[in-house]
Amino acid sequence: MDVLLSPSGGKEHLLLGNEAIVRGALEAGMAFATCYPGTPSSEVPDTLYRLRKQFPNKVKYYFEYSTNEKVALECAAGAAASGVRTLCTMKHVGVNVAADPLMTLAYVGVNAGMVILTADDPSLFSSQNEQDNRFYARLSGLPMLEPSGPVEAKEMTAYGFELSEELGSPVMLRTTTRVNHAREAVPFAKLGKVKKTSKFQKDPMRFVTVPAVSRNLHLRLLNIYKQAQAISEASPYNQIMGRGKLGVISSGVAANYVMDAVEDLGAKSKIKVLKLGFTYPLPEKKIVRFLKSVEKVLIVEELEPILEQAVRALAQEKGIAVEIVGKEPGKIPAKSVDIEAPGFFSRAFEYNPRLVREVMAKTFGLAFEEPAELSLAGMPAPPGRPPNLCPGCPHRATYFAVKEVAGDQAVYASDIGCYTLGVLPPIKAADFLVCMGSSVSSAGGISRATGQKVVGFIGDSTFFHSGITGLVNAVHNNHNFTLVVLDNGTTAMTGHQPHPGVNTEAIGDPTTHIDLEPLIKGLGVQHVVTIKPFKVRAAKKAIEEAIAYQGVSVVISQELCPLFARRVAPPTKRVFQVSTDKCKGHMDCIKKVACPAMYVENGQAKINPLQCIGCALCAQICPENAILPLKAEG
Amino acid sequence: MSTQRIVFVGVGGQGNLLASNLLGQAALAAGQHVVVSEIHGMAQRGGVVESAVILGDATSPIVSNGEADVLVSFEPVEALRLLNKVNKDSLVITNTRPLPPFTVAIGAAPYPAPEDSVVYLKKKLAKVIAFDGQSLAEEAKNPLSLNMVMLGALFGAVKLPIDVKTMKKVIRSQTKKRFAASNVKAFDLGFKAAA
Repeated sequence: MDVLLSPSGGKEHLLLGNEAIVRGALEAGMAFATCYPGTPSSEVPDTLYRLRKQFPNKVKYYFEYSTNEKVALECAAGAAASGVRTLCTMKHVGVNVAADPLMTLAYVGVNAGMVILTADDPSLFSSQNEQDNRFYARLSGLPMLEPSGPVEAKEMTAYGFELSEELGSPVMLRTTTRVNHAREAVPFAKLGKVKKTSKFQKDPMRFVTVPAVSRNLHLRLLNIYKQAQAISEASPYNQIMGRGKLGVISSGVAANYVMDAVEDLGAKSKIKVLKLGFTYPLPEKKIVRFLKSVEKVLIVEELEPILEQAVRALAQEKGIAVEIVGKEPGKIPAKSVDIEAPGFFSRAFEYNPRLVREVMAKTFGLAFEEPAELSLAGMPAPPGRPPNLCPGCPHRATYFAVKEVAGDQAVYASDIGCYTLGVLPPIKAADFLVCMGSSVSSAGGISRATGQKVVGFIGDSTFFHSGITGLVNAVHNNHNFTLVVLDNGTTAMTGHQPHPGVNTEAIGDPTTHIDLEPLIKGLGVQHVVTIKPFKVRAAKKAIEEAIAYQGVSVVISQELCPLFARRVAPPTKRVFQVSTDKCKGHMDCIKKVACPAMYVENGQAKINPLQCIGCALCAQICPENAILPLKAEG
Repeated sequence: MSTQRIVFVGVGGQGNLLASNLLGQAALAAGQHVVVSEIHGMAQRGGVVESAVILGDATSPIVSNGEADVLVSFEPVEALRLLNKVNKDSLVITNTRPLPPFTVAIGAAPYPAPEDSVVYLKKKLAKVIAFDGQSLAEEAKNPLSLNMVMLGALFGAVKLPIDVKTMKKVIRSQTKKRFAASNVKAFDLGFKAAA
C-alpha cells in the first residue's frame, strides 16, 4: 500500500511538496477533486489519479482531470456548494483561466471546505510568465495560506479545509516551485473521515448571482474578510521567532532563506523574524506590534512588493517611524536568464539563500565573509542543451511536412505543450504564443490583420482546454488559416494525463472519448483531414491542400506520443541505421529534423540504436535512401 | 552537525531525480534532517536536470552559487555548466562518458573533449574524481544504472551521516525489483571507483 494512504499518524515520510498537499487533503477527508495539470502543480492531481487507480477500494474521493481550469473550478464549486470537501488545483496561469468563476465564487462561498491550489513559478522554470498570484487573494477577497515547504504544505492544506468551513469561503493555497518540488520529512496525522454523500440544498437567494443577490453577497464577503482577519491575527502560522532590535518580515519559501541566514550570520540574538503563512488577510495588529518592537525592518518576499506595501501603509497609518527596507526601487537585475544573486532584492526571479544572506548582512551592517565563487575564466564552453522533441516524436514529422509546404514565409501561431519546442532551430515553427488556446484565436487575428499565410499549431489536450472556442470564433467570423491539431493521444508535456480526446480504454478508464474529426466538422469547419505524420508524402499532400483552401481548414495529425505508446502498447518497430555505402553526406536528416537519436561522427551521420524508435521519418527524408532498418539480431 | 550540500546534475533520462530522492530517503531512514529539491518540467525533454540534497540543519531547499560541498555530474560538460555552484574546496565527481546534445550534431557548438573538461576541473578544484561511470553501469549489466554508480561514488568519496547499508537497503526496496540487484552492483562499482 502507498504510504499516502496509511490510516495512522505519527510517522514521518519523505514527501514531495505536492505529495504533502495530497496527504493534507486526505487527512482532511477530501471527497472531491478537480484540476487541470500544469507545472509545478501536476503531481498533486497525478498522485490523486494514481492512488484512485491503484487502490480503488481504499480511496473514497471522486477525481477528474477537467478540460480547463475554469471548468475544474466550476465543477468543484458545485461539489463544495453541495456540502463535500473539495480540492481544485492548477498552476498560476491557470488561475487566469479560472478567474471568472473565482471572483463570483468568492461571493457565493461554499457549504463544505474547499481549497484552491495556485502553484506559482518564480524564475519561470516551465511557464510563460512569473505572475504573482498573491494578487488573486486581494482581487477576489479570498483568504490565502502560503506554506514555506512540504511540512507546512501538508498542514496548511488540511487546515485550509477547516478554515474554509469556518468561514464558508474557499481558501487559496499558494505555493511556488521550490515548495511543490522540494522533499522534506513530513509528519503524518491520521487519515480523515470522508463525508461522501451530500444533497444540494436549493437557495437561489445565495447561489444565483443576479444583481439583487450579489449585492448582499458582496457584503457577506466583506464580513468574511473581517472574520478571516481576526483568525489571521491569532494564527500560529503567523509567528514571531527569535529576539533582537532588527526585524525581518517574510513569507513562503523565502522565510527558509531568512532562517538559514540568521543562523549563518550568527545573529540569533539580534534579528527577530515575523514569518507569515496566513498571508491574506494580513494580521495587521501583529505586524504593528512587530514594527513597534524593532528599529529597522527588512521585508523578504519573492516577486511583487505586496507585503512591503502593506507594511509601509500600516506604518504610515499608525504613525510608526521605523525604517522599512525591501525591494530597491528601480533596481533591475543585469541578466534576464540567469538566476544568480543580483545582490539586492528585485521584483524578478526567485531568491536563494546566498542572496538573502547578502542583503540581510548589508541592510543590518552585519559582517559575513561570503565563500568565494570560482573564477571560471578559460573554461571550455559547454554546448547548449536545450530541451528537444524526443526521438520518434510525431510532432517533428508534422513540423517537417508543414515547413516543406509552407516554408519560412508563413506565420506560425503556436500553443502550450511539448510542441512549443518547435520554436527551436532547425524546425523554427513558432512565431506567436501567449497562453493556452491562443494559437487558434491569434491565427485568426494575424491572418485578418495581415493577409499573410498563417498556420496554427495546437495539441489535442490544449484544443479541448480552450482551442475549441477559438475555432468556433474562426468559423463564425470566416477567418482564413490552417489549424494543425497535433493529436498525440495524451497530454504529453505535463505527464500523460487523460483528456476528452484520449481513447482511455488503453489505460483502463471508463470515460467516453470524443473524436476530433466529427467534433471539428460539427463546429462547421468545411475542410478537415486526418493525416499520419510518419507517412511523409501523403501528409505533405494533405497539408498542401489544406493550406490552399480559402477559409478555416484543419489538419488533424494523429500519432501516439512515443513515451505514452511505450506504456500502453510496447513498440515493435525496428530501429534504423545509416548505410555508409549509400550516404552521400547531404545531412538532410540532421539539418532538417533534429532528431536527438542522430549524431555526426567524423563527418558521417549516424543513428544511436539505443535512442532510435524506428519512426522512419529520416529514412523518408534521405535523398539517397541510405537510412535502412537495422537487421534483427540472430 | 554541519550542513552538507550535494548537487546532482545530468541530462533528462539519466535518473538524476531518482538518485537524489533515494539519497533523501536514506537520510530519513538514518534519522538525519534532509531537504531535497528538484527542477524538472521542460527539462524532461532531453534538457539539463538538476537536483539538490541538503543534509543537516538548513531549511532552504536550494543551493546558492559557490555553496555546494559536492557536485555529482552524470555527464562531463554538465559538470562545467554547474561549476558556479562550487568553490575551490568543493569536491566534483563526474562521469566522463559524453552525451553530446543535439546542438553539437547540427554543428551549432563544439563539444569539449572530456579530457579537457577534467583537466580544467582539476586546475580549479582541490578534489576531482573523474571516471567512466557508464562503463561501470554496463559492467553491472544495467546501462540505465549510471545514477546508482554515481551515488556509489558519492558514498565512496565523502563521509556522509548515512551508512552504506542503509543506502543499499533503500535502493533495494525503492527501485524496480528486476533492477534491484544490478542497481546495488552498480552502486558498489561506483563506490570502489571513488574510494
